[in-house]
Amino acid sequence: MQFSENWLRQFVNPAIDSEALSHALTMTGLEVEEMEPVAAAFSKVVVGEIVSAEKHPDADRLQLLRVDTGAAEPLQIVCGAPNARVGLKAPCALVGAELPGFSIKQAKVRGIESFGMMCSAKELGLSEESSGLLELPADTRVGQDIRELLDLDDKAITLKLTPNRCDCLSILGVARDVAAITGADLHLPPIVETNAGHQAQQTVTVKESTACPLYSGRLIRGVNAHATTPDWMVRCLERSGLRSISAVVDITNYVLLEQGQPMHAFDAAKLRGNIEVRYANQGEILALLNEQTVELDADMLVIADDDGAIALAGIMGGASTAVADATTDIFLECAFFSPAVIVGRARRLGFSTDSSYRFERGVDFANTLQALERATGLILEICGGEAGPVTEVLNALPQRAPVKLRMNRLCSVLGIQLDADDVAEIFSKLGFDFQQSDVGFTVIPPSYRFDIAIEEDLIEEVARLHGYDSIPATAPRAALNMLPSPETRLHRSVLRDTLAASGYQEIVSYSFVDESWERDLLGNDAPIRLKNPIASDMSVMRSGLWGGLLDALVYNLNRKQDRVRLFEIGAGYAAVADGFTETQRISGLAYGDAAPEQWAQDEREVDFYDIKADVDNLTHDAATYVAAEHPALHPGQSARVMLNGEAVGWLGKLHPKWQQHYQLPRGVMLFELDMAPLLARKLVQYSEVGKFPPVRRDLAVVVDEKVTVQELLDTMRATGISLLSDVALFDVYRGKGIAEGKKSLAFLVLMQDTQKTLTDVEADEVMAKLLDAIAKKHHAELR
Amino acid sequence: MQNLEQILPQAQRDFAACDTIQDLEQAKSRYLGKSGLLTEQLKGLGKLSAEERPAAGAAINVVKQGVEDALKARRDAILNAEQARQLASESIDVTLPARSQGKGGLHPVTLTMNRLEQIFHSIGFEVAEGPEIETDFYNFTALNIPEDHPARAMHDTFYIDDKHVLRTHTSPVQVHYMQNALKDKSGPPLKIIAPGRVYRVDSDATHSPMFHQVEGLWVDEEVSFANLKGVVQDFLQRFFERDDLQVRFRPSFFPFTEPSAEMDMSWNGGWLEIGGCGMVHPEVFRHVGIDSEKYRGFAFGLGVERLTMLRYGVNDLRLFFNNDLRFLQQFG
Repeated sequence: MQFSENWLRQFVNPAIDSEALSHALTMTGLEVEEMEPVAAAFSKVVVGEIVSAEKHPDADRLQLLRVDTGAAEPLQIVCGAPNARVGLKAPCALVGAELPGFSIKQAKVRGIESFGMMCSAKELGLSEESSGLLELPADTRVGQDIRELLDLDDKAITLKLTPNRCDCLSILGVARDVAAITGADLHLPPIVETNAGHQAQQTVTVKESTACPLYSGRLIRGVNAHATTPDWMVRCLERSGLRSISAVVDITNYVLLEQGQPMHAFDAAKLRGNIEVRYANQGEILALLNEQTVELDADMLVIADDDGAIALAGIMGGASTAVADATTDIFLECAFFSPAVIVGRARRLGFSTDSSYRFERGVDFANTLQALERATGLILEICGGEAGPVTEVLNALPQRAPVKLRMNRLCSVLGIQLDADDVAEIFSKLGFDFQQSDVGFTVIPPSYRFDIAIEEDLIEEVARLHGYDSIPATAPRAALNMLPSPETRLHRSVLRDTLAASGYQEIVSYSFVDESWERDLLGNDAPIRLKNPIASDMSVMRSGLWGGLLDALVYNLNRKQDRVRLFEIGAGYAAVADGFTETQRISGLAYGDAAPEQWAQDEREVDFYDIKADVDNLTHDAATYVAAEHPALHPGQSARVMLNGEAVGWLGKLHPKWQQHYQLPRGVMLFELDMAPLLARKLVQYSEVGKFPPVRRDLAVVVDEKVTVQELLDTMRATGISLLSDVALFDVYRGKGIAEGKKSLAFLVLMQDTQKTLTDVEADEVMAKLLDAIAKKHHAELR
Repeated sequence: MQNLEQILPQAQRDFAACDTIQDLEQAKSRYLGKSGLLTEQLKGLGKLSAEERPAAGAAINVVKQGVEDALKARRDAILNAEQARQLASESIDVTLPARSQGKGGLHPVTLTMNRLEQIFHSIGFEVAEGPEIETDFYNFTALNIPEDHPARAMHDTFYIDDKHVLRTHTSPVQVHYMQNALKDKSGPPLKIIAPGRVYRVDSDATHSPMFHQVEGLWVDEEVSFANLKGVVQDFLQRFFERDDLQVRFRPSFFPFTEPSAEMDMSWNGGWLEIGGCGMVHPEVFRHVGIDSEKYRGFAFGLGVERLTMLRYGVNDLRLFFNNDLRFLQQFG
């Protein structure tokens, strides 16, 4: 809602300046988003009349003017404007005037003294472009200050209104609230009932009385559609962000802004027969004023004549009955349409109008006829003509149910003490109809308020007028109970800190990604699509996080980073039968040297086993790894990560084809894990520490290349030998002494008996059993 | 046989001349070895009479003790010197850089979320989470924003299908949490914050289509609008570590709270908008099944990026999502 401050002050003029008014509006919930002077500052510019004009002796394009500014003598002014001519009245900046960006001094122009400057609208900062002097009407008084003449000491105020305050979508409504806040008097423009100059009436049938409880209108004959809209009205419209179009349209727009009542003028000559208010037939076609032809739905209310729909009720008129230059008779419509039949309809058709915006929020149904009279009066005044009697089809208007407010509830919700008298005063200021009782109030909300239906609505009104500023900030009182603190569930920050400590930088990337990332990197051909993505490369919901990490990698490589470690925590989204699932994931990327470039270690590119250590840290060394293929990963360097028998993620090297595709000079290591399993920890149950020293033996075996370390470890552990406390790999050897296609693996075996010191014989037995097990299952041979 | 009195000074001179432990051991054997000077002296006792023997023996022992003391002193001195030489040879340039893994760190938004959680946790708020792909019901209807309500137009919603949206705010978590609390009888009273990603169809220098919010909710029998102001002010004072920081409420409208307010924070002599809040609307309580006569609640929503920018002096929202290491590493 945008309007001129001066216009508002005609309705209510509190003794506070613009800044204070703006603050008062903001602090009562009518947030002032912008307040701009309507014109740049300038001074000493008055109306001047050109009384003579001669050619400048030394310049073809300049004229020597004598300009009457109301002073004793006309001023001599050199002027280059093409439209400067005798008899023209235009702004004249006097010597000493300060204009936007420059000041006026007495000066010689091509050798001739000039005592001022004739001004264009652009030079006064009133428009972006000008083709000559700003031409003023012939009846303008010479010598009058231009700022006063054009009412330039005004500000355009833009309110950011919340959807509940539809009552403030007019000067009248804002003025009402300002009067309530400041206590200043409200001055409403007098509305006089127009005497009928003729008796002709347009017949109206309202088929949908619930949708349209009140329909009124009148025929106005003999109007001059060419009439010029008065300057004051054009200014009000412009300062409210509306362009002047034609007198009749301007007047309906003016009343819309002033009274908050949308209206529509039909060319009466183009109406065929009876006017009917009905729902559209499904698929009915209507050509609208905005040159859009729409196919209507059956839940859209229309105004129709015998030929069909002629307007979309409360939203926009139709082209076929529009007022044009040739129009002489109009039918002026002023109605109340229920918000429920307007809401969403315009949006469905892809636009919004000032009218639909108001009707869908709520228009004051008690003001309909006054608004019609107001518009009639202005039309007769500006366009002439004769008005007929008012046609009024009135059905059941909305009822305002009484709303109760309990004083104790009010005080306890707000946390302050208020007296009933204070509340009564607030309701009076707001113009609410109320009754007071022992416990509180019963309020009948006014017809212009569509946001007062329950007790809380009244509490808010009281708080608003009492002033949110006057409510103190107090600490709550509550019972002190300690929060649960499960030791078996880690906070996710532990995972973050673990990775950060391993040199990874956390990133945040978008949850919506390019479709190709899903297809290429995750093999997802049917991603979750957004219906209205903001860009094509942000059109599908990601099922995994690698795309964002790679994107960030590329971004940073382009900025001369050469060693990058990144991680992100975020959801992977998937469609399931009855909706969608989201799995929180932790995902990492490593690129470049294993260690930052330094003196102490040789350069080595990061590899699988580097980030495997990082994954082990995240899983508390409980993960196992199974070779498996993934669309994003190198088939020979990729593993499924298992935790407690469940697959929880992937680890591997980016497939060389994607490395090439993303133009990455070096290999990329990636991992991604489901987060929830990583956060589970078993509660520690102490087991006895052996009193006797453990025995260590080494076991070196030769196996086929394809036998994995994990298989051997699993087999050895599966022997279930109770003395065995740990088996771990400590060396891998290929080369001299080992046949092609074979490898030598060395394990350390720790044995422990909690009851006694192990003998060599016992240890030998364990080693023999282990060897036997892996020899049988994996053809391992003792080296 | 050498004169007993000369032995000690001679040994002291001998020992002093030794620079290594080996030399010292050789010198020691000249006095205390099998045929050493003192050993000879002791052997000589046998030739003395029983009456002379005790006094002579005692005299020899005095000298022997003196020799042993001199030996020990010299041995310690040699060892100390050797250790000093070794230490000197092992000294390094401690200013050489460490064998580092490289520096990692957390995203600034995470830093803010961690602080938020800690500060609210200190008065008993728990952290709650909810889905980002939300049903129309939870994102709107249950929050008293029926279909076609003008407030929906304020939300610039991303749609997945007719029934699912990307949540436009963290407020739906309120509804999930209250429903679950009633189901497992863990509340009310309840106090939660719900931090997370939210989405709006908006992208320019000051808007990101994805950003972070934190929702706060306190439901109890006696909580008030004044308490809401108190909690928010307390939080902001702790978060920014400024006791003079003030909160200003302005009337506003959110369908799921009433009274509703915009929250402004005093900052550098002016006021900055930092979020919205209000008392939980009875309609929201009705949707989840909480008796609004018995319980009241307040809720607030804060923009995490906004708090982060103010806290660390970041002047461009887009930095949070570019993932430029030169920016992110400043927060490590």
